[in-house]
Amino acid sequence: MSNVEPNGTVVSARDLTRIYGEGDTAVQALHDVSLDVTGGKLTAVMGPSGSGKSTLMHLLAGLDRPTSGAISIAGQPIADLNDTQLTKLRREHIGFVFQFFNLLPMLTAEENVLLPLTIAGEKPDEQWFAALLEKTGLTDRRKHRPSELSGGQQQRVAIARALVSKPTVVFADEPTGNLDSRTSGEILELMRDSVDSFGQTTVMVTHDARAAAIADRILFLDDGEIVRDLPRSDAKTVIAAMEEIGT
Amino acid sequence: MTKLALRALWGRKLRTVLTALAIVLGVATVSGTYVLTDSISSAFDTIFSSIYRGTDAAITGRSAVSKSSTTNLPPFDQSLLGRVRRLPDVAAAIGGVADSSTNLIGSNGKVISFGGAPHLGFSVDPSQPQFNSLSLVTGSWPKSGQVVIDHTTAGKKKIKVGDTIRIEAQGTAIPFRVSGLVKFGTSGLDIGGATLAGFDLATAQKLFRKEGKLDQIRIERKAGVSEAALLAQVRSVLPPQTQVRSGVSQASTDASDTKSFTSFLQDFLLAFGGIALFVGSFVIANSLSITIAQRTREFATLRTIGASRRQILRSVLIESTVMGVLASVVGLFLGLGLAKGLFQLFDSLGFTLPNSGLLLEGRTVVVALVVGILVTVIASLRPALRATRVPPIAAVREGSTLPPGRFARYRAYGSGTLAALGFAALAFGLFGSGLSTTGILVFMGLGALLIFFGVALFSSHLVIPLATVLGAPGAAIGGAAGVLARENAQRNPQRTGSTAAALMIGLALVTLVAMLAQGIRSSFFGAVDQLLTSNYAVTAENNFDPIPVASADPARSVPGVTAVVGVRAGDARIFDATHSVTAIDPGGSKVVKLTWIAGSQSVFETLGATGAFVDKDFAKSNHLQVGSPIPAIVPSGTKQVFTVKGIFKPPPGGSPFGPVTISSATFDRLYTQPQDLFVFINTVGGVTDANTKALDRALAGFPNAKVQTISQFKKNQAAGLDSVLNILYVLLALSVIVSLFGIVNTLVLTVFERTRELGMLRAVGMTRRQVRRMIRYESVITALIGAVIGIALGIVLAVLLIARVDFIVLAWPIGSLVLFALVAVAAGLLAAILPARRAARLNVLEALQYE
Repeated sequence: MSNVEPNGTVVSARDLTRIYGEGDTAVQALHDVSLDVTGGKLTAVMGPSGSGKSTLMHLLAGLDRPTSGAISIAGQPIADLNDTQLTKLRREHIGFVFQFFNLLPMLTAEENVLLPLTIAGEKPDEQWFAALLEKTGLTDRRKHRPSELSGGQQQRVAIARALVSKPTVVFADEPTGNLDSRTSGEILELMRDSVDSFGQTTVMVTHDARAAAIADRILFLDDGEIVRDLPRSDAKTVIAAMEEIGT
Repeated sequence: MTKLALRALWGRKLRTVLTALAIVLGVATVSGTYVLTDSISSAFDTIFSSIYRGTDAAITGRSAVSKSSTTNLPPFDQSLLGRVRRLPDVAAAIGGVADSSTNLIGSNGKVISFGGAPHLGFSVDPSQPQFNSLSLVTGSWPKSGQVVIDHTTAGKKKIKVGDTIRIEAQGTAIPFRVSGLVKFGTSGLDIGGATLAGFDLATAQKLFRKEGKLDQIRIERKAGVSEAALLAQVRSVLPPQTQVRSGVSQASTDASDTKSFTSFLQDFLLAFGGIALFVGSFVIANSLSITIAQRTREFATLRTIGASRRQILRSVLIESTVMGVLASVVGLFLGLGLAKGLFQLFDSLGFTLPNSGLLLEGRTVVVALVVGILVTVIASLRPALRATRVPPIAAVREGSTLPPGRFARYRAYGSGTLAALGFAALAFGLFGSGLSTTGILVFMGLGALLIFFGVALFSSHLVIPLATVLGAPGAAIGGAAGVLARENAQRNPQRTGSTAAALMIGLALVTLVAMLAQGIRSSFFGAVDQLLTSNYAVTAENNFDPIPVASADPARSVPGVTAVVGVRAGDARIFDATHSVTAIDPGGSKVVKLTWIAGSQSVFETLGATGAFVDKDFAKSNHLQVGSPIPAIVPSGTKQVFTVKGIFKPPPGGSPFGPVTISSATFDRLYTQPQDLFVFINTVGGVTDANTKALDRALAGFPNAKVQTISQFKKNQAAGLDSVLNILYVLLALSVIVSLFGIVNTLVLTVFERTRELGMLRAVGMTRRQVRRMIRYESVITALIGAVIGIALGIVLAVLLIARVDFIVLAWPIGSLVLFALVAVAAGLLAAILPARRAARLNVLEALQYE
């Protein structure tokens, strides 16, 4: 469904400001942030707690609305979309990977993966689906329920679910935040692989330097502003950059 | 999405079952009611159609008072039978007499009686078997001085063919030899506790005091004769005050009384099914609200992966529909069991009903399913709408809760307004002028419904203060567990409030019933205390059947008896309406003290042949004064004009007298088979053991005539009220049980929700015992909140109703109210068993990691 050319801009944000609360208790979580997410690349958003990285992702994904500023996804401005139009946008263009997996406990792995298509009333492309299960290593686990899977396996199911509809962009919110380090490595590998093999545009929010190190581009947020913008870097460089920001 | 909904239900089996149970019970009541009443109707149909087996036409007496009257029809002269038999189109005809108070006397000297069912006596004519609806089980048909009785009674009382049994009908008890045992028809129909006694015609006539008279002639036509022709021919020989009907129409006429009884019973029971469903809808709405709040993240996740609001709504509604279908099907079949239980309930409480097997009609299935599913779906609408308002961003926020509803902040005003509107509608129904009966009922029903809704919604605002007070004892004796329990009850007032509201409805109704019953009882007791100055009263063993006038005669010759005064009753047509006419023996002034508006106590002794005294309302509506004439027609067709001699004002609790009371001598002249409702007796020295014994001895020949002191009489007369009260309690208990499931459900869901917190409490040193206690106390607090609001509301409703109804006074059933509160505590403890066990069993480590 990816209808955006590789290396084109798939998500763009202009002058995003987000203020929570009003009056004396108002908190400015994001301040005049602008950015373009390039298609077919993995973009990581890094930053310490409270830096505004989650807020940025929520805004980019249309989960929250900015106090001011504009966002467009796949060339479509989302500011004036109503709930139904936003739903349609999510179906066609957005996939999500969550820190706590957010699988439906009563569905099998396979059913969880297919859920976005089921909801949209679409038939899965059998070949693509088989390839996806193969890639995520779930072929043997397709009939298992989330409670019968390890944390890593559950996150694989979640990734497959995000990819199944070939969305324009996948947003991953701390995908390794709830996993041990070995499993984290496997999951990061899988995410990198999905970008390389399928050209899946991905935006990942993380505070894990190792995770950021797999990205094609790393944005650093601090106090609601983008303070650094690195190309692909190794973990050491990322850690150094973090320390430089001086949290 | 459908599959998802089904999986969601299946994945939460315990919650689903607990939620569905609330509907199961309501539906079971509805289907049980239909099964019960259909079965009773069909049993009665069978009885009446077999009574008129082989009968093409039936002649009966006809009341001059009311054409539709089917009971106490005047008997007619036996000579008619001969004339009918000589008619050319008549193939055969038999005459018979019957009596509905033919008491079999058991070996203990008491009337054999099963739960208020009638004691039927009748003549049998085995020579014309085509008319005979009885069949012999053993022995032979009765000759003079013999009796056949039904084999069910014989079995229960161990009576065998050849035994001697005393029978009391319209005279003293007389011994009969049991010549045979019979059953009704040929099937295994249970006639519902009625006792049957059959005699040959002459014996029956003598026993029933109908010598030379008949109650009925049954006719078989000759082959080839049309029914219409037969009826026309019979009509040509009918004397006045008799009528002829075809066998079929006679059967349906006889059945009409029971038909109206079963349809009343049906409406009555359906009302309780409705109440249980109403309470069930609260439980469903509440359980679903909690479940949906707990599934916030799930719904949000669905939204992020592309589910629309409409799909979320549909998914939740599919869940509730499926639950409604399952619950209704289970309820439908449970209703069959319940119908059986109701038969036994009525039996044990003194209302034995006939039964020819349970009957499940198509209508029962349709109504039960439709009602059950509709109630479930409607109750789930609000929670389902709230689920659609879950924002997608809740998927990434930890501990996300449901946003409050758009109208949440108007809730207090809205619910207050609703309740106020309800009270207004109720008050208008009660006190508004010019309303029809239907109008009154509609306004009262609507009012009650609005009040319950309003109070239920408002109850969340009462939770905090009430829990503070009601939780105080627990906090004082339960230590930390008690304090936490109280705070837990208060932390989601809406949840606690709506859980308590379900119990509130049941308890409000129970309280209302108890208040009304107490009011009726004390107004009746007040009336007896005010009116009766006699020492003793005599009534039938069952307290309400009339007794033969002769029953009291032996008391007159007991030494020390100063007055024996019978009160009789019958119907008469007066001023174009049917009224009850009562009559009193001479000496009335010694046993009854009336409040006279015109006239005085001496009226009792000066009624003479045509004098009458009337009550205030009758005098007012017919503009009567002392000296006014009252033209009356009695059932036999005789006309008589009475003259008003006095006007009295009855107390709120009523009096033994109808609107018009005449002398017993005149009554006995106008009415065939006069019978006494009560006989009042005065003795020298008042109530003493010696007097009681002497009276008992004197009336020994009439076992059905029961001598009671006035205080026993009061209690016995109120006994019927107690039976009704018990039935109401049992039926209302259903809705209390439904609300009990509501409490269980809320607690189970709460325990789920607080898993991590419970783990924390255990980790910092709370024992399992303390956890259990905490849950138990919370449950009791919730139940008590429901009880306090419910009892208060019940009292308010009762006070309103009593203010409107003249014959009920305000009286406080303190004992019952305390008992209801205790029942609520017990209910709370019961409801907490399962949730407390689950909470105590939590593994500390797992609970801490639970997410």
